[in-house]
Amino acid sequence: MKKFLIALLFAPIMAFASGPVVHLDKWPGSVSDKAALQNGAKLFVNYCMNCHGASYMRYKNLLDLGLTEQQVKENLMFTSDKIGSLMTVAARHDEQKQWFGATPPDLTIIARARGELGDAGAGADWLYTYLRSFYTDENRPTGWNNVIFENVGMPHVLYGLQGKQSLNHETHKLELMVPGQMAPAEFDKNVSDLVGFMVWMGEPQQEFRQTLGYFVLAFLALLFVVAYALKKEYWKDVH
Amino acid sequence: MAGGTFEKYKSDGSLAGNALEWVDARFPATSLWKGHLSEYYCPKNFNFWYFFGSLALLVLVIQIVTGIFLVMHYKPDAALNASGVPIAFASVEYIMRDVPGGWLIRYMHSTGASAFFIVVYLHMFRGMLYGSYRKPRELTWLFGVGIFLVLMGEAFFGYLLPWGQMSYWGAQVIVNLFGAIPVVGNDLSILIRGDFVVGDATLNRFFSFHVIAFPLVLVGLVAAHVLALHETGSNNPDGIEIKANKDEHGIPRDGIPFHPYYTVKDIVGVVVFLMVFSLVMFFAPEGGGYFLETPNFYPADPLKTPNHIAPVWYFTPYYSILRAIVWNFFGLDAKFWGVVAMGASVVIFAFLPWLDRSPVKSMRYRGPISKVMLTLFVICFFILGYLGTLSPSPTGELVSQVCTLFYFGFFLAMPWWSRMDKFKPVPDRVTMK
Repeated sequence: MKKFLIALLFAPIMAFASGPVVHLDKWPGSVSDKAALQNGAKLFVNYCMNCHGASYMRYKNLLDLGLTEQQVKENLMFTSDKIGSLMTVAARHDEQKQWFGATPPDLTIIARARGELGDAGAGADWLYTYLRSFYTDENRPTGWNNVIFENVGMPHVLYGLQGKQSLNHETHKLELMVPGQMAPAEFDKNVSDLVGFMVWMGEPQQEFRQTLGYFVLAFLALLFVVAYALKKEYWKDVH
Repeated sequence: MAGGTFEKYKSDGSLAGNALEWVDARFPATSLWKGHLSEYYCPKNFNFWYFFGSLALLVLVIQIVTGIFLVMHYKPDAALNASGVPIAFASVEYIMRDVPGGWLIRYMHSTGASAFFIVVYLHMFRGMLYGSYRKPRELTWLFGVGIFLVLMGEAFFGYLLPWGQMSYWGAQVIVNLFGAIPVVGNDLSILIRGDFVVGDATLNRFFSFHVIAFPLVLVGLVAAHVLALHETGSNNPDGIEIKANKDEHGIPRDGIPFHPYYTVKDIVGVVVFLMVFSLVMFFAPEGGGYFLETPNFYPADPLKTPNHIAPVWYFTPYYSILRAIVWNFFGLDAKFWGVVAMGASVVIFAFLPWLDRSPVKSMRYRGPISKVMLTLFVICFFILGYLGTLSPSPTGELVSQVCTLFYFGFFLAMPWWSRMDKFKPVPDRVTMK
């Protein structure tokens, strides 16, 4: 009876579960790969930060990627000379809105914002797919469109690296028409690094959070042994 | 037991003893300690389900303490900063990044909000399982329903504060509901918002409600809930009154003092709870996107309505009930009746003590009708909760209507089905299962 009722409890939930609508490529990277994150930071500062800010993030947080203050100042800081300043963008928001039709969003926590209900980590997959899915479209003011973000205001800023793709409207597949500086596999790796940086930037202390979590759980496990023994001792005469 | 008289403390001549005697002559220290802890007798057969009351108290303390620290750094301000981000939203990220340990405090508070509802729902389910709301504990139950209502308000106000997209539009949708009330509705929703749309005035008053008004009421109601419980004594999984069988000293034969027996037992429960809590907080603080909704990582934008506005998981069953009502009655809009149904679905818990006419309290001694009804009720609650997270669809609407019908049927038909069942004889003494 009991088991049957419990089974009945979960049956309806299963019946309603459904798959995702858009296919996203799985982001292959990891936030513990420091070299990849450094490369991602370089790409982010060079390609993204012309328009997008990362305004909750300070340059000094980049030191956590294993860089020295000197390295950060010389290679990653173009708009500020203070290591403690926020990674804001120089462009003005009202002007950007005129140029692109929408203000480019702040990217500090974009990887978290793009997550899905039931899969908070899906934001990385979305970004990884999005940045590789631009194609030329003469009907758009920028000349670019995107498969998973239709009529996006953003042009393909990485096209020099990837080259130009076009959308085959019959197969709905992207085809590389003009090659860029990078081979497709190399480009994918670099986009993966860039996405990795954005995932890391969404919560720079995420690795420390998990490490701390193991210590806390280990402590609680010990505490459980003591607490359980104490309970047993007090309750041995209760029948 | 509580309310009984205890002798005042007599000093043994030591300094500490003298101090305690001095205090006890002026403050009911001994009678509070004995009446509520060391000589407050609980049934000895509490099971798993009896952990959630003390856990709810623990979560309340977690929320208050973390809240105090969050308020030190959070800024309830909808104005945009130099980067074009609302100051309130930016201050949350400031806490997450620049305040030492801020991320831990914030995740404790955000995880604590969901944990609060989980333990409270389980605590309420325990009450329904063992008939804890039945005479003589009706008032304890009513204070509990009051706590639940205030908790929902507290959560709703708090959810606006991060000033993300879901905060903003969730508040917009819920406050607009008041507009469905005839005649005064529109003015009422403007009065609540302090503006024609959710704005800075709304943020500031919700902040005030969240950090002062509602916590005060909540703590007061919790005190009343515990005092009322200690007046009658606790129910137990057998639904037997242990006070009906006392020994020569007037102590219930099936009772054991809360302290030390249940204090040491609750510590075990607390440790297990904290392990589950830590698993979420350290390894999945977003709770799969259910505890921290991902659209809330976008700052509030009054000009951009999200495609799908879903409340946080703990409100979704009621949100489904709201959406299930699609018919106009008596010349009044369906939205109005949806609001009425949603309100009624929460308040109806208060009537349980008088709706339940079963001759026994505990589910252990009730027959299949009660068991099936309660199980179906829980299933409906889960389905409604799940549907509330989805975008509206014709199938979802129909299913939520069926579940809503059963939800209310469960309560309104209870005077009949609770009596019809086959009952087992209730033992005289509690059983240790």
